[in-house]
Amino acid sequence: MTTIAVIQAGLRTPSTTALLAAELSQAVDEAFVGAAPQVNTGSQVNTGGQVNTGSQGNAGSQVTIEVIEVRQHAHAIVDHLLTGFPSPALAADLDRVAGADGLVLVTPVFSASYSGLFKSFIDVIEPDALANKPVLLAATGGSERHSLMIEHALRPLVTYLGADPVRTGVYAATADFGDRAGSALSERSRRAAAELAARVLAPSAGLVPTREPDRDGQLGRDPQPSPAAMPGFVPFDELLARVKP
Amino acid sequence: MQFGLFTVADVTTDPTTQRTPTEHERIKAQVEIGVVADQVGLDVIAYGQHHNPPFVASAPTTTMAYVAAQTSTIMVSTATTLITTTDPVRIAEDYATLQHLTDGRMDLMLGRGNTGPVYPWFGKDIRTGIELAIENYSLLHQLWRDDVVNWQGRFRTPLHGFTATPRPLDGVPPFVWHGSIRSPEIAEQAAYYGDGFFSNHIFWPPRHTQQMVELYRSRFEHYGHGRADEAIVGLGGQAFIGATSQAAISEFRPYFDHAPVYGGGPSLEEFLDQTPLAVGSAQQVIEKVLGYREYVGDYQRQLFLMDHAGLPQATVLKQIELLGTEVVPVLRAEFAKLRGPGVPEAPTHASLVAAAHRQSTPNPEPSQSLDPQEQS
Repeated sequence: MTTIAVIQAGLRTPSTTALLAAELSQAVDEAFVGAAPQVNTGSQVNTGGQVNTGSQGNAGSQVTIEVIEVRQHAHAIVDHLLTGFPSPALAADLDRVAGADGLVLVTPVFSASYSGLFKSFIDVIEPDALANKPVLLAATGGSERHSLMIEHALRPLVTYLGADPVRTGVYAATADFGDRAGSALSERSRRAAAELAARVLAPSAGLVPTREPDRDGQLGRDPQPSPAAMPGFVPFDELLARVKP
Repeated sequence: MQFGLFTVADVTTDPTTQRTPTEHERIKAQVEIGVVADQVGLDVIAYGQHHNPPFVASAPTTTMAYVAAQTSTIMVSTATTLITTTDPVRIAEDYATLQHLTDGRMDLMLGRGNTGPVYPWFGKDIRTGIELAIENYSLLHQLWRDDVVNWQGRFRTPLHGFTATPRPLDGVPPFVWHGSIRSPEIAEQAAYYGDGFFSNHIFWPPRHTQQMVELYRSRFEHYGHGRADEAIVGLGGQAFIGATSQAAISEFRPYFDHAPVYGGGPSLEEFLDQTPLAVGSAQQVIEKVLGYREYVGDYQRQLFLMDHAGLPQATVLKQIELLGTEVVPVLRAEFAKLRGPGVPEAPTHASLVAAAHRQSTPNPEPSQSLDPQEQS
């Protein structure tokens, strides 16, 4: 099961950030279909939220697109920053982000950068959860003036976290939503989505898969994960070796 | 099972009166807490170590010795002794001296510390925090067991021909707990040495504690110290006891809402729901604490934080009295009923001496004297 998590940080309902997120969700869904040899058997698209598709991705695996609305977790995010742990609802969405095969990030431009709430959400994601994860970068703004925010602020943030952003960033100014079908925005959305699908289906050479192997699928392995398999675990002889003078 | 208190001697403004205790008052309060805990029959009082305001906890063994001299039964301990930024030679000397002064009525809990600048203030680099903890404890372990030490390491100048004085009481080092919040390395270290593992268990959801304790137990067994359920586990916790649930919550709420750690974040109700914090009637506190066993198994030590967040000393002493007279006696009885067979008690100096004797003389002659003075 291939999962793409779409994280959108729009603050209003409706918002252009949510609109762009919906457009990108649709484009990503179509891109997975287009990347596979199978014929599209039809899909359901819900522009307001979850997009569960019946389309076929690579080799018969389905792609599921989960939309995460940062605004829903506004208070929980601050609480997490103050206490160091997430509320159960925030924890569930953070798990979705960590478990996704790829991400779409959509933020409004505030003060020539990504919004503070968007950054705070990123700040409470576990440090290595985004490592090697393919990401599509997107943003919205009142005018075209700050479209390069994607290159100057969002891309460096994401590469610092070890993620794998695709080449095309998608920026939507308010005016783009009054443009004709087949406009530059649609073209860029399609191109970026195709890049994301290609990166998810065929990871870049040298990068390791981000998700841990499905334990149920591992034959012959103890179904109970051992405590020593927890992240960060190092056996003591190795710890001792590190302090050898 | 042992029950007691731990404190970090924070100097915090009482949010209901806006009064801040003086350092002198807080230091004396720390002592009074230990004395009252002893009077109400608690087993352990553990003092923290900090090197900056708003704490007055920079000399733990001084405080512990002063309290031990005024008490008769309670064990003095730490939460925690900084194993990263304190010279292991000084830890060996200070705590062995304390061991003699108290006739073994002490132990200690080691921790890495949570205050970044303490590292550079003591000439250390926080980025090597884990390695420091590993190397320093390795040296401390050796200093207490080898009469003459030749040692070199990465983080301290070498030792040649060094004897840590005094030698441990009865040749048995103080029992060591390793305290941790989230570091698997510390659980692994505790398991490797067969030492105790203590989980902070406050301010966080129980899942963290459960993972760490499970790791420690499985590795304890892996290193051949015994079965996983024979490992030595301690938990922290925080409690506030009232005549009724509503009375406890309404009295504690202003302290919670303005506390340096809790304030401004999730509500008291959310914290009660998501963490081990226990605020309510004695019966409610008892029930919540009994529930800890469900995710850590049978454990050996339960400490409570009761003097936090600017609570006035009179309230703290009242809380200690309620803990000692209404809560702990019930917990003792109930935990004893639930305890599985073969689960050990927390180590004491006497039990460690007896164990050392059993190890060194597996087939003792009935006439052989046990007095070291008579053997020559």
